[in-house]
Amino acid sequence: MSEIHRPEARVEPIDSTIEPVGGSATSKTKKVEEASLLADAWRSLRRNPWFIVSAVLLVLFLGMALFPQLFTNNDPRECLLGRSRQSPSAEHWFGTDVQGCDYYSRVIYGARNSIAVGFIVAIGTFIIAVVLGLVAGYFGSWVDAVISRITDMVFAVPYILGALVFLNVLESRGVREVAFVLIIFMWPTMTRLMRGSVISVVNSEFVLAARALGAGPITIMRRHILPNSLGPVIGYATVFTGIIIGAEATLTFLGVGLQLPAISWGLQLSDAQPFLQTVPHLLLFPVIFVGLTVFAFMTMGDAIRDALDPKSKK
Amino acid sequence: MPEPVLSYKDIRVSFATEFGDVDAVKGVSFDVMPGEVVAVVGESGSGKSVTSSTAMGLLPENATVNGEVLLEGKSVLTMSTAELRRLRGSDISMVFQEPMTALNPVLRVSDQLVEALQVHDVAFGGEALEKSIALLERVGIPDARTKIKQYPHQFSGGQRQRIVIAMAIACGPKVIIADEPTTALDVTVQAEILDLLRELKDELNTGILLITHNMGVVADMADRVVVMLNGEVVETGPVATILGHPEHPYTRRLLAAMPLLREAGDPSLESERVVVTERGGVGDSSSSRTATGVPDGRSNGRAANGVAGTDSDAPPALEAKDVALEYKFRRKATRVVHDLNFTVQPGEIMGLVGESGSGKSTVAKAVLGLLDVAEGELRVRGSNMPALPAKEKKALKREIGVVFQDPAASLDPRFPIGDIITEPMVVHKEGDKNSRMARARELLDAVRLPSSVLNRYPHELSGGQRQRISIARALTLNPTLLIADEPTSALDVSVQAAVLDLFSELQQQYGFACLFVSHDLAVVDALAHKVLVMQKGRTVEQGTTDQVLRHAKESYTQQLLAAAPVPNPEVQARRRTERQRLLAALA
Repeated sequence: MSEIHRPEARVEPIDSTIEPVGGSATSKTKKVEEASLLADAWRSLRRNPWFIVSAVLLVLFLGMALFPQLFTNNDPRECLLGRSRQSPSAEHWFGTDVQGCDYYSRVIYGARNSIAVGFIVAIGTFIIAVVLGLVAGYFGSWVDAVISRITDMVFAVPYILGALVFLNVLESRGVREVAFVLIIFMWPTMTRLMRGSVISVVNSEFVLAARALGAGPITIMRRHILPNSLGPVIGYATVFTGIIIGAEATLTFLGVGLQLPAISWGLQLSDAQPFLQTVPHLLLFPVIFVGLTVFAFMTMGDAIRDALDPKSKK
Repeated sequence: MPEPVLSYKDIRVSFATEFGDVDAVKGVSFDVMPGEVVAVVGESGSGKSVTSSTAMGLLPENATVNGEVLLEGKSVLTMSTAELRRLRGSDISMVFQEPMTALNPVLRVSDQLVEALQVHDVAFGGEALEKSIALLERVGIPDARTKIKQYPHQFSGGQRQRIVIAMAIACGPKVIIADEPTTALDVTVQAEILDLLRELKDELNTGILLITHNMGVVADMADRVVVMLNGEVVETGPVATILGHPEHPYTRRLLAAMPLLREAGDPSLESERVVVTERGGVGDSSSSRTATGVPDGRSNGRAANGVAGTDSDAPPALEAKDVALEYKFRRKATRVVHDLNFTVQPGEIMGLVGESGSGKSTVAKAVLGLLDVAEGELRVRGSNMPALPAKEKKALKREIGVVFQDPAASLDPRFPIGDIITEPMVVHKEGDKNSRMARARELLDAVRLPSSVLNRYPHELSGGQRQRISIARALTLNPTLLIADEPTSALDVSVQAAVLDLFSELQQQYGFACLFVSHDLAVVDALAHKVLVMQKGRTVEQGTTDQVLRHAKESYTQQLLAAAPVPNPEVQARRRTERQRLLAALA
């Protein structure tokens, strides 16, 4: 077997020099390390104004959750009945609640429980979803059938209904209990997403190539499938955190969430309900905070999802 | 002098992207006369599709178009959206590359054709249906009256493309833009579709703007050729001149890169025959194999084995005995390959040729162990691989490398190149970090890429470079057998030529046996020692390349050979009449 025969001399390998695809040549060659997909994602995130807005908001809210004393000097538990239901003033920015506590500091301190529930549930469902989705999507056939049917069954129960039933029978309900029940009823959506994401990767040729090499399922899942299927799930998990914060507020408002003396936005909403017409600011402030937090997480989630999805690049 | 139906005047298109403006087309001008076929040729990224799309006003929103497109003297670019919409489909229509996606899968063919007629007020209701049936008959769909009620998936790929063409000619367009109309089709179907387009053009006196990268198709169809490179026209002229006496170096390079199916009596065949007989006593391949500098002693031992394997009494690299393969779906097995028998000796390349659905890729899958063998034996270096216990099977897989068709899909986008190449060593727990990287550098050198790409990611490389990486990965463990599944069909011709050159060079250097799956007879002719032709899961013909491709006995092989277009208008015209005679004789 000699060379390939063609009428004329052989073609120069015209693509043997490296030409970066897109971007200026100099900046790319200088930062070779930075050219990974994550770096690309970061680059496009930095240019997304919605990402900036949501990041600023999130930093603010996380700061409130971790170090509320940075935002207020008042003790939220120092309540004097004598100053009950005052309107917002220079001394009490958000006014005072029924018990005469400083409402501003209570709203600030409320961030911790709400966000904690959001994070715990998001992380919990994320782990469940990644494991189950990966196994179901990779192995397919009966494994997939069993996992998917269980997922569907849990999916059929509205989380509000499930949480109402279960939380009602619990004597004392703290962050842990509420988070646990929410995880139990809210994992199916993300699991389905993960499963779909895995299935779209499983049949790609680089996975075939790895299988042809003789790589085992664990190796393939860890090395190839996981990194390529996490993108949409990470984006959704961020959006999901926002949804959970809303859900916690809902449950607490309905009286099956956190209990006094805990401080949370849901409890504040619940307590403010009877005074909707007389003292509307008691409802307004926690609603604004819940709204902004959910908004920040959702916007962040969308931005992350777009940045991690190579197809969304314009 | 007749008026051109479509004329492009100094077209410039730029796209606003994340990385600033990209000029895709830089001042392109040419005309299409009525009844004339103008072929725009160029490689991917040359701007040929972008240029033609300006006439339809179908560019994405981030595009800026300058210049003038005249359709029968009317400027298209200044038209309002409503005017443009009236124009599309009636005066100018399009035939797309992928007939699968160009038709709406949930609508009956009748609905789609009738819609095309009604939108442009050509005909309505029953009249439109009658007209649609007449159109389908015109484009050669048998039994059109009953078939028109069917859905697109009930037609074959070629028939679907015929339906797309029927829609394109429904309103009597002045010009048809055919964007790679036959790229997704098999050669025999391609020849039929080109015949159809040629007939229709003569009958309707329509101008055709044919966008293609296949010089054979150009020779078959075109009157004039426009060669594009990086958004500019480098050469334009009558087809005989451009293909016969190209002026521009790029055109020459394109033509030279096109692999040729040599006919019997081609002078280059003589020299090859000598080489083939020399190869019979492969004495010198041992030196080339050890000279590659295999890193550790263990591999050296294997290399020695590989050389011993070229002796006549050594087991063949791959042997199929009465192999039958099937796909299972809901416990129902569909047999797709029947009674397959072949042998690939060490150091030998066997071309596996067939059209889509012939089962050739299925065979490749089975050899890779990705599909269970339903019947028969598949012996890799003498041991029946499907019957081996898992551990030995894994060990045997070291001996098999693989290169897939799509270089974009077969490399994990999240892995740097270095990790991709060394993955086989990681999977088989061979070497440590340093020896792996050393091996990766060595292989990059072998596939002629600089070692600086080690830290790059696949998306930073071009298609040809990625395919080189694929080849490097396949060679990491010094396999005795390489499975190449259409390794160059996703690449541009000039890149394909470079990759094929590299491939045959590496084959000599490393001495692996190869199962080369391809639909392109010319590529197989250039590389393979032996050829096996498959049709519908059965072997049609097998033998040496010379026997099969130049002295074909079976009529199917002859049809395949006759359908492959060659980039020479005169020869192609001759081949076309020959093919029609052959088909007439079969009918």
